[in-house]
Amino acid sequence: MRVQRIWTDERARGVILQLLLILALLLVLAFIVSNTVANLQRAGLASGYGFLGSTASFDINQRLIQYDSTSTYGRAFVVGGLNTILVACLGILAATIIGFVAGVMRLSRNFFISRIVGAYVEFTRNVPLLIQIIFWWVVILALPKVRDGISFGDTLFLNNRGVRLPAPIIEDGAGIILVALALGIAITWQIARRARKRQDETGQIFPVVRTGFALIIGLPLVTYFLAGSPIDFDIPVAGKFNLKGGFNITPELVALWVALSTYTGAFIAEVVRAGILSVGKGQTEASGALGLRPGLTMRKIILPQALRVIIPPLTSQYLNLTKNSSLAVAIGYQDIVSIGDTIMNQSGQALEVISIYMLFYLTISVLTSLFMNWYNARIALVER
Amino acid sequence: MSDSIISISGLNKWFGEFHVLRDINLDVASQERIVICGPSGSGKSTLIRCINRLEEHQEGSIIVDGTELSHDIKDIDSIRREVGMVFQQFNLFPHLTVLENCTLAPIWVRKLPREEAETQAMGYLERVRIPDQANKYPGQLSGGQQQRVAIARSLCMHPKIMLFDEPTSALDPEMIKEVLEVMVDLAQSGMTMLVVTHEMGFASQVADRVIFMDDGQIVEENIPSEFFENPRSDRTKLFLGQILSH
Repeated sequence: MRVQRIWTDERARGVILQLLLILALLLVLAFIVSNTVANLQRAGLASGYGFLGSTASFDINQRLIQYDSTSTYGRAFVVGGLNTILVACLGILAATIIGFVAGVMRLSRNFFISRIVGAYVEFTRNVPLLIQIIFWWVVILALPKVRDGISFGDTLFLNNRGVRLPAPIIEDGAGIILVALALGIAITWQIARRARKRQDETGQIFPVVRTGFALIIGLPLVTYFLAGSPIDFDIPVAGKFNLKGGFNITPELVALWVALSTYTGAFIAEVVRAGILSVGKGQTEASGALGLRPGLTMRKIILPQALRVIIPPLTSQYLNLTKNSSLAVAIGYQDIVSIGDTIMNQSGQALEVISIYMLFYLTISVLTSLFMNWYNARIALVER
Repeated sequence: MSDSIISISGLNKWFGEFHVLRDINLDVASQERIVICGPSGSGKSTLIRCINRLEEHQEGSIIVDGTELSHDIKDIDSIRREVGMVFQQFNLFPHLTVLENCTLAPIWVRKLPREEAETQAMGYLERVRIPDQANKYPGQLSGGQQQRVAIARSLCMHPKIMLFDEPTSALDPEMIKEVLEVMVDLAQSGMTMLVVTHEMGFASQVADRVIFMDDGQIVEENIPSEFFENPRSDRTKLFLGQILSH
């Protein structure tokens, strides 16, 4: 082969270009590493992850696992990570519900519904998230003080220290309620299977969703009363200065949750709207001409096709929500970034802390993507 | 005309300012086969889309098999169950197999057992001569095959009336033939049919009446032989001259 030929050969050219690119990347990386190591040595800083075992000696008020100021930095990171996962999960759940409902409503033929949802979407999408988080935080802090707080039937309290809910106290025999719940789910699953089989055989349609709801909620409820109320509720009581008892959700978590879910919900609404619009009008017409009602058309024809378009950008929105939760640092919600900041200030291990952030978000994001890609592949369309 | 299965009188429809249908009066007898032709934009598609309420009309009345089309959802449902429709773009459901396309409405609307719905669907797929494609997806079929599936899908609901909205306009010439054959077959079985088409061969072969529309009005209607040989209006002559000369 002559030399000139290599430059016009598609494959050879591809390989050479890629080798050059990798070489350039390695050079840049080598420069960054050597530079950093030199700087650290000059500043006399020790590098490595040994600091994770040292005592943290600061408090975290929002925690899902046991933690106090004598715990280690490592444990503090776990507490922060769990807090991030908590707000991300709550946010993804709420944003998905808000997004799907708003997306469908924006396509409503009812002028007021579509306009109101349109205004929500445009407003929320166009104001920076950081401002929205601070806005909701200020709103909650501006709520009346504990003494004049708003109460709903004396069980749920809303005030400038957050939301206080009755806390369940598990007593002997409470396990039976869990058994009832599991039973409700199992029976519903069985009913769904039987109903499908019966419809296949006789054509009769059974209202599975309604029955399922009744069973999954009703069965544990009935058991609760039959077993003589084995779960007690520690209902918050207004004391002199503060509420006593119950279980408190901090203003920071509420603000962050509301802001993240309404903000991402608006984006998801647009994704859902685009997905539904991507299914041609002919599909709705053909389905209607066959006598299918709009609800059934949506369930059997439009959504299954729209989901193919919705899933990939929906995944991006989930990832955005998770990563945006790091803005928690602005209002002091103790997520992994907020706690990491404190650790960075105390220990001086900036690089290590940042590498932990990156690894943490990368892991969550990759896991989310993998799951969503798997789901997307499952519903892909067969052509040719 | 009490024996007519479709009775349209004084029908007017506007798209915004645009007057698409003007004072349409049309009675269709049971088992009658009608071909509607006319230049594009003449309102012929809109007319047949009004019959199963894909389009809403503003004035006049449409009575299908004794039920008048109104805002009542129940009435619309019962009419749609009796009126099948075939579209220019087929509009098969791409996420369902050919068989599932044909059984979806019988199972969910007519509440048929799956096995019965499948047997029936296979029967109609045989009638349109593609039973071997039952487990493929629409994207894997040719245009002609897709349109035949669309016809079978409609027939699975046992309609009394079939509407065809330019069923062959999106097809290659050699595929037009296979679809028309199926339609001729259907016409001979006694189905009431309203067909919007420019296939004049089909019109003269099976139509009981040909209707010519222009500018939202019915300009002329006649039996095919008279319509083609002695068109009365100049507009019809011009149209026929253009369509038959190429």
